Amino acid sequence: MSKSIQLHFELPGNDLNLAGEASSKVKKTLNQLGLKPAVVKKTAVAMYEAEINAIIHAGGGTLTATIDQESIVVVVRDQGPGIADLELAMQEGYSTASEKIRKMGFGAGMGLPNMKRHADLLEIESAVGQGTLVTITVFL
Amino acid sequence: MLEVKKYFHSVTLDEEKCRGCTNCIKKCPTEAIRVRKSKARIIEERCIDCGECLRVCPYHAKKAITDDFAKLSEYRYKIALPAPSFYGQFKTTYSRSDILAALLKIGFDEVYEVARGAEIVTEATKKLLQLEKLKKPVISSACPAVVRLIQVRFPSLIDNLLKLESPMEVAAAISRKKAAETYKLNASEIGVFFISPCAAKVTSVKAPYEKEKSNVDGVLSMQDVYLKVVAVIEKNMGSEALEQAGYAGIRWAGSGGEGLALGTEQFLAVDGIQNVLTILEEIENGQLEEVEFVEALACYGGCLGGPLTVQNAFVAKTRLKKHIDKAKNKAVAVTVPRHDELMWTLDIEHRPVMKLDDDLDKAMKKLEELEEINEKLPGLDCGACGAPSCRALAEDIVRGIANETDCVFLLREKVRALAMEMMELEAKMPPVLDKGQTNGKGENGTRRG
Repeated sequence: MSKSIQLHFELPGNDLNLAGEASSKVKKTLNQLGLKPAVVKKTAVAMYEAEINAIIHAGGGTLTATIDQESIVVVVRDQGPGIADLELAMQEGYSTASEKIRKMGFGAGMGLPNMKRHADLLEIESAVGQGTLVTITVFL
Repeated sequence: MLEVKKYFHSVTLDEEKCRGCTNCIKKCPTEAIRVRKSKARIIEERCIDCGECLRVCPYHAKKAITDDFAKLSEYRYKIALPAPSFYGQFKTTYSRSDILAALLKIGFDEVYEVARGAEIVTEATKKLLQLEKLKKPVISSACPAVVRLIQVRFPSLIDNLLKLESPMEVAAAISRKKAAETYKLNASEIGVFFISPCAAKVTSVKAPYEKEKSNVDGVLSMQDVYLKVVAVIEKNMGSEALEQAGYAGIRWAGSGGEGLALGTEQFLAVDGIQNVLTILEEIENGQLEEVEFVEALACYGGCLGGPLTVQNAFVAKTRLKKHIDKAKNKAVAVTVPRHDELMWTLDIEHRPVMKLDDDLDKAMKKLEELEEINEKLPGLDCGACGAPSCRALAEDIVRGIANETDCVFLLREKVRALAMEMMELEAKMPPVLDKGQTNGKGENGTRRG
């Protein structure tokens, strides 16, 4: 049986000091596994977006990355407000972020489209008031 | 020969001075140093020649290998290429032409300012940004330590690098050609010497990544040349005609100079290796796509903060400003070769030094082991094992170049466990000698086996 590696992180809500740390650690692992730079880059961009979203817009959550011989699967789960209209949210420039968040340089409405551009597969399950589950797959 | 080229480094260790302390291992941005047998060891393939260890070593045991001034005598016609940062080393009573004239007095036949090369590179960069669709943000290749950092730690950003020749190479090629034509000299009779603020530039010349062979024949330490120049420099000794470069080129010496010269609003300048790491990480995460050009310099203050400079970067910056302001009054025309003539002829390859194993399955197994070992380690990152952090030690153990007992805390635990066992064993007596024992019933928990 071939091996797989799983990394798990808690994403603390609204703590900008820790924003991006999980992605950074996963990226380091991918480099240690000797994965192709292009694969690392694709994963990095999509994963970072998902991590930041969970921290800034959803009050935190968890990030789990699973790596095996075929793919990298990153699952980001939060118990935040959820996304009401997913189709709308996937459009570039669409954002429900508050003025405060926009002032911090986030909430430009590029997160989800950017995630989609870099992931090989992107699944988003979301329910208003219950949270969002983002699954990013990048094939090796 | 290839091996030499692959692993040439300017930054090396002075064995006698090294005390085996842990200052350098902590500062190295690529975790390239380990202490073994009371001496620092540089892992050659990881070193990017940034010079952080040169700066931090309290015993000055790290040195940059540069060429000896005596090398000038090997050539009939000697050309000096002062880096723009050189001007910032002298008191402002001396003009730029005085400094250049002093170079002619210490043994050079000609001076060609690298600042002029910088202006040519700036013009070529502008053209390239205009004409070709480059991956954004474009990352400057002016700092060779940053290029090597990308090669080792950020391979996905290799495509973002600006693959144009450095100002030093451009200056060397132009001045050599001109001298050969003017004085009818053979190429081997001309010696082109770069006066360098850093070790990384020495490596650039001895083991270039962008081309087969450098145009520069020797690299002199700025400190060495400074000493010779101060001995002969006099006020008003140089004629203004020696000043060939404009302010835009001189400004390259400090952080932001290259970016400002491009005239784009959308540039970002970052200096200091730790700051550079942060910015490269952001670029890799796709966060800086609105930026057109990134100027990243490994030393604080840019080349003015180079490890081979004389003055600290802040003083040098103030001094350089005088030269910049003065040069502003003078218009300089730059003839630019076609930008494609300045393109690299070789491309750099990813150096996957962080990889644990070539086989993914094995790499995963090692990673698991690494995590397990890391859990056991105290997490103090004390460096007493010779590795920069507990995690780095765990990594070394799975790579087979260190042992768990290299950790003083784990070793102590083991010794303690061993001591306890010995105490226990010590309390046991062979039954025939055990006085406290009668009819098979033992005291102190000792029992007949």
